[in-house]
Amino acid sequence: MSALKNLTAEYALRIGDTSLVLGQRLGEWCGHGPILEEDIALTNISLDLIGQARAFLTYAGELEGRGRTEDDLAFQRDERDFRNNLMVEQPNGDYAHTMLRQFFVSAFHYYFFSELCKSKDTTLAALAEKSLKEVTYHLRHSSEWIIRFGDGTPESNLRMLEAIDTLYRFTGDMFASNDIDNELLKAGIAVDMTVVYANWMKKVESVFAQATLTVPKDCFMITGGIKGIHSEHLGHLLSEMQVLPRSFPGVEW
Amino acid sequence: MQAISEQEREAQFQAKIDRGEIIEAKDWMPERYRKQLIRMMSQHAHSEVVGMLPEGNWITRAPSLRRKAVLLAKVQDEGGHGLYIYCGTETLGISREQMLDDLLSGKAKYSSIFNYPTLTWADIGAIGWLVDGAAIINQTALAKCSYGPYARAMVRICKEENFHHKQGYEILATLMRGTAEQKAMAQDAMNRWWWPSLMMFGPSDANSPNSDELMRWKVKRYSNDELRTRFVDRTVPQAENIGLKVPDADLKYNEQTRSYEFGEINWEEFFNVIKGNGICNKERLMARKKAHAEGAWVREAAEAYAKKKATKNAAA
Ligand SMILES: [Fe+2]
Ligand SMILES: [Fe+2]
Repeated sequence: MSALKNLTAEYALRIGDTSLVLGQRLGEWCGHGPILEEDIALTNISLDLIGQARAFLTYAGELEGRGRTEDDLAFQRDERDFRNNLMVEQPNGDYAHTMLRQFFVSAFHYYFFSELCKSKDTTLAALAEKSLKEVTYHLRHSSEWIIRFGDGTPESNLRMLEAIDTLYRFTGDMFASNDIDNELLKAGIAVDMTVVYANWMKKVESVFAQATLTVPKDCFMITGGIKGIHSEHLGHLLSEMQVLPRSFPGVEW
Repeated sequence: MQAISEQEREAQFQAKIDRGEIIEAKDWMPERYRKQLIRMMSQHAHSEVVGMLPEGNWITRAPSLRRKAVLLAKVQDEGGHGLYIYCGTETLGISREQMLDDLLSGKAKYSSIFNYPTLTWADIGAIGWLVDGAAIINQTALAKCSYGPYARAMVRICKEENFHHKQGYEILATLMRGTAEQKAMAQDAMNRWWWPSLMMFGPSDANSPNSDELMRWKVKRYSNDELRTRFVDRTVPQAENIGLKVPDADLKYNEQTRSYEFGEINWEEFFNVIKGNGICNKERLMARKKAHAEGAWVREAAEAYAKKKATKNAAA
């Protein structure tokens, strides 16, 4: 029972870290968006993701039972201890990169949370249900931009192709699983990533088709997030995010 | 129908205002009234949007997830205010593109307070408490202005500003309960933001060129100095309440008027920052220009796609 609890803690950490890192990335856009409406949309999505991070990290801390809060987990861990996937830590790039990353992750989130709603862990199920409502909007918003860019101007199409080239290789890491997933799947707690992947791929193919874009075939997938093997980008993101709590240990904000 | 002279029309307009009636977008108004409102409203909208930059500067470094979420929500509100006021200004017959062009060319202004830098986390508290606090005083007055769309926008916006004000104060109150370093951080923010906040109410009454006309039209209901005093009266006790010192040696309470008397504002600094010599004037405008330029292809793609879709729908 206690072993299962520890595995579930690790599982919640992955979910929380992924939302946290993407929320942090989107926060960098604030005030610099291409139009005011997008500035507002990005802060809105970032806010949802930070909310998810808080809920899943709090739960991870509770399960872990060492008294760590959402903030301890967010601000006092080093990059090797972060469990987010490699996609969300990728830099914002231009708006094509930001929206493609968002689309890949939101589609993943949508089908992942749809499955997690059925979890036997009632807390995870409840958090998934709340998150699902939020990511439904994220997915619609980002899908629309992918279609506009793909089928917009020659320049926007070219920028999409470049973004696909940069980001598609990290899509596999969103579905990466290991023994933890297998154990939790048997217990009815975790989701079956093969199901999530199949749904995700159908969605990507359909949106790409509308956008006159092609899904890459035989792309080598770079993985490592769940083992804490990240790209070099994460360390810089964390050093910025964690600067105050690290500089003033033990104080309240 | 007999044509009436411009003079008669203006007299009727003034009579309407004097009766306390609200002017709506479709109503006749003197060209000068329209121009003044466009100037004020667009400047207000630009301030909401440019104001996202100094606060956005700390989103990625907010010291807790709760603070990060609250700050994101605040900045999102400010963007919403900008959007809402741009829409209100469009009722006067100017497009958002034109307003944006005027901002980027430097023709239109935004509140000078945002040309000061946010250097520490305490500045986020100071902005919420002092800058939003000053904005509330201004906007509560504007909520009673004679132009309906502006007045209604202010009513809606003030509710959110009150929340920002409370959150900012809470940030500083928390710091003032903290370590010596945190207290110093809060006091330093107070020292840097106090005077610029007083400047937000504009030049002193003796030096305010637009005031008479705007008062006559009930666009302005109170003078700059009246509003400034109201702000000081409301804010000084709040500062004392959490142990912050107001950086003004001349500040004293007048029992007779039941109001604070305060020192002379550094008007040279005020006019300098307006002229573009604040620490961040260049950065703020450059950030807006860069966002606009780098967003050009995004807007073009959206337009091209919308056209394609319309053609397809028409053919179907
Ligand atoms: Fe505002
Ligand atoms: Fe505000």
